[in-house]
Order: sequence, then C-alpha cells, then structure tokens
Amino acid sequence: MKQLVIISGKGGTGKTVISAAFSSLASSKVIADCDVDAANLHLLLHPEVQEAHTFSGGEKAFLHSDKCTMCGECVEVCRFEAIEATEEDTIRIDSISCEGCGVCSFICPAQAIEMRDSMSGEWFVSHTKYGPFVHAKLGIGEENSGKLVTQVRRKATEICTQNNLDYVIIDGPPGIGCPVIASLSGADMALVVTEPTLSGIHDMKRIVEVAKHFKIPTACCINKYDINCENSSRIEAWCQEHSIPLLGKIPYDEEVTRSMVQGYPMTEHAKCAASKEIQELWEKLLNVLKKENK
Amino acid sequence: MILSVASGKGGTGKTTIAVNLALSLEGDHPVQFLDCDVEEPNAQFFLKPQILKRQPVFVKVPELDKERCTFCGKCSKICAYNALAVLKDDVLIFPELCHGCGGCTLLCPESALREKEWKIGILEFGHRDTIDFIHGKLDIGQAMSPPVIRALKEHRDPSRIVIIDAPPGTSCPVVESVKGSHFSLLVTEPTPFGLNDLQLAAETLRLLKIPFGVIINRADIGNSDVEDYCQMHDIPVLMTIPMDRRIASAYSEGKTIIKILPSYKTKFIDVYTKIKDLIHG
Repeated sequence: MKQLVIISGKGGTGKTVISAAFSSLASSKVIADCDVDAANLHLLLHPEVQEAHTFSGGEKAFLHSDKCTMCGECVEVCRFEAIEATEEDTIRIDSISCEGCGVCSFICPAQAIEMRDSMSGEWFVSHTKYGPFVHAKLGIGEENSGKLVTQVRRKATEICTQNNLDYVIIDGPPGIGCPVIASLSGADMALVVTEPTLSGIHDMKRIVEVAKHFKIPTACCINKYDINCENSSRIEAWCQEHSIPLLGKIPYDEEVTRSMVQGYPMTEHAKCAASKEIQELWEKLLNVLKKENK
Repeated sequence: MILSVASGKGGTGKTTIAVNLALSLEGDHPVQFLDCDVEEPNAQFFLKPQILKRQPVFVKVPELDKERCTFCGKCSKICAYNALAVLKDDVLIFPELCHGCGGCTLLCPESALREKEWKIGILEFGHRDTIDFIHGKLDIGQAMSPPVIRALKEHRDPSRIVIIDAPPGTSCPVVESVKGSHFSLLVTEPTPFGLNDLQLAAETLRLLKIPFGVIINRADIGNSDVEDYCQMHDIPVLMTIPMDRRIASAYSEGKTIIKILPSYKTKFIDVYTKIKDLIHG
C-alpha cells in the first residue's frame, strides 16, 4: 500500500481536479478527501454513502446557570476569551471561541460548568464508480485540529489493507497547519501542485519545507504553467536545485472548468492537452512511488 | 470600519480583492491592512510594504520542575489535548499539541509545572505609502495558526478602515480572522466548487452574525448557479469581475488590477460605498 497526498500551500492551484483525475486513472485504490473544511472532491466523484458517522473532536463548556454564583473565576481563567460576564449580570459561554480545555469546569467552586462532547463533524464511507471513497464534513466554524482528517486517513488505509488495494489517493487541504500536517504524516509521497505566480511560488516553498520537516518524499507539478512561462522556469530551476522531481507542467485549459461544471474528472472524457499532461503526470508518479521504499 | 475578505474556496481572489480595495480607498481614507492568512501570507507581493519591525509570537507551554514532581499523572488527566504524558519517572511534554490553556500549571498539586514561552510565528509591521500593513507568518512545522491571528488582530487600529485578508476555508483560522468584522466580503467563482464553499462560508458568517456580500470573480467561466443562489437568499452581489487573461498575468507578477486597468478603482470604491449603505441601511 502506498499513500499519495496532494497538497499545495496556496489554495486554488488544482489539487481536487488533479486528485479526481488520479482517482479515474488509478486502477487499485481508495480515495480520501482530507480537505474536511471545504470538501469538493465529492462533486466530481458522486459518492453513494454507505456509512455515516458523527465525529466528536473534543468538548465544549456548558453552564448550568441555576448553580452559578457569578463569582467570575471562569472569566478570569479562560485564555480564549470564551467566557464573559454580561451586562445583565449573567455568565455567557461562547461555544465558538471555547476550545474545550476544561479549566473553567475544574476551577468553578460551584461546579456549575460541565464539559460536554462536542459534535464537530461527520465522516462517510462511500462507494463511487472509481472505488471506495472516505470523506468528511467539518461542522461550521469548528476547530480544524486535524483529528477528523486523521479519522478519514485511518479508515482509508484500513479499507486499502483489507481489500489488498495498491494506493490511497489523498486530496489534501491548503495551508500548512494542523489539517495539512495530519494529511501528510506517514504518507509515502507528497505531490505539491503549484501555479506560476508569485503567491504560488512563495507558498510552494513553504509547503515543501513542511513536507521536508516531516520527512515526506516530495514531488512537484505546475498547473496552468503557461500563464507565466518565466515563473514556470523559476519553479523548475528551484525544484532542480532542491532535488524535487518536477513531474508535470499542465497548460491552462478551459476544459478543466467545463468538466468541473459538468461534474466529472477531466481525464474521463476530455482529450485535450491538459488531460494528456495529467495522464503522463500520473504515469511518472507511479514510477516514483514504486521506487520509494519506506 | 472593519472589513474582512473571505471565501470558503481557496484561490478565488481574496487577496486580489483585499489589496485592490485597500489601494483604491487609500487616497481618501486612512487604511490598515491585516493579512491574517498567516499560513501562507501573500498580500506582501502586491502591496510590497516597507517592513519596519518584526515581533515574535509566543504561546505559553508547560515546563517541568522535576524535583517537585511526584508523577501523580494529574496534569495528563487534565490536559484535553494529550500534550503531556506521565511516565514512571518523567513527564513528556509535546508543545506542538499544547493550546496554552494553563490548566496543567494551575492545577498541579505540587506546583511542579511552570509556563514558558514557545515561539510559533512572527508578526511583521510596516507600511506601503499611507497604508498601515501587518502580516503574520506561522513558523514551518507549527500546527496552530489561531494564536498568531489573535496576536495580529490585537494591533487593529479602529481609527482606520481595517481590511482583513482571511485564509481559505471556514474553520477556526477563518473564524478567528473574521470575528469582530462589521462586514465580510465573500469572494467566489461561478463553479460547483465555488458555490459549495460559498454556502459553507455564508453559514459561518451567519453563525457569527456578520453581515456579508459577495464578489464573483472570473464571472463568466462557469454557470449561473452562484448568482441564482445569491438572488434566492437575498445576498447582495457587490461586484463581478470577468475572466481576463490580463488580470491573471498581472497577478502572476505581483501587479494589482488597478495598476493595469485603472478604471477598476472606481468599481472598488463603489463596493465600499455599497457596504456602508448596507450597514447603515
């Protein structure tokens, strides 16, 4: 089993479109959408949900106002500005700001604060025409600590092992924080999808550093490379300098949006330049993955 | 006035809108620009600020005084984040998991824990002409951006129009960035991904009780579902920008829209006027 995670640093570079294409091209795999905050892969894979589970990422503080003596100790001790004494002389807990540390509950002399399991999202195991698909939906405004991501990955690798499949293809989130780290950890390979813009280059360098920090072998591809060929050359040179294999340069193609709007992975029907390049990218990635030994 | 620019979906044009809005308003108003996308701050490439001051961001993490410790395990039981593991004769601390709640230190019966500062990022302060600029950068390998965003927002200057460039998504870093805004601009694109994430972002703003409007970028690339959604839910569409290869090309070089197409300046000023009307209307 090899786990491939597709990340970017910068949002909107094309991770999900490319993940969907790989899902269509790969023969033996489980697909996982780890962008639990703003999941999009399901819009191209059209999953039939077989299992739905609620997920609790932690706890939230809940006040029993009848027990509260208004001593204000909880307000003093909260580091997240989640508790306030209101004008109407009551204590109010803001559950969005509450990080579930439990300190207020521990110190309340009247034992008026209870910590309750917080339902932070849902995760799903689905069937798609491309294979098994594990995905999730984080609740609105919830803490994206990476726990839900870890759950999605755990289930995906379990299905992969149980069914003797070859790959787990992971659509990762943007950024470099908790959910990205949870998507990356223990992966066999990270493919960084970048774009030839100043922002794209800056963000690519940061995410490559993160992957290196966590010792994940990394490769790169440039999406929409012909928006700025000079910047694409800069990326090429940088990758070479840092021994990062550059596995593809995908041209900007309106077909990408067309197939997204119609709701299918673009390599499925489109016979355009971008499609061809993504297929070649997948072949090269397979070769690199086969060579990578844990 | 505090305006935040968010989206849900990454890559729709948040930074583009935030930067061009700031530059359009600059002549007539004092502006402060806060780039709260501390994981991947990009506004710097367009505003090109002169950085005058750097300040590290710390969180408080526990440190063990082994002599006082009886390895009772209470700290580990209290910790909601598994940041402490108590062994037979040692306590392992994982600062990257610590949320800085102070619970373990406060509640240790032997006072064997004290707090120390642990660097997680940096703030950089500067200006571009009359625009006050601050951005934050999360250190590589660090997991949590909200403490850096909180530190950044402490420097909000209410005497100016504060424009906040938020990160993508709808979870804690975005909530931290947009909290306290008088109005939010949601930048989207007319595609199924754009619509899906716009709906999530709209729900987040409703939960936070922040009024919002939409800007549709690359407005002619997909279908009309986003426009229909906005109409159906009475969400004001404050601006549409057509797909324009010149804008994409300029963006790739760090050039702003109003630099290459100056007629856009009036359009951005109009957005601000519409926002004022919506807030006071």
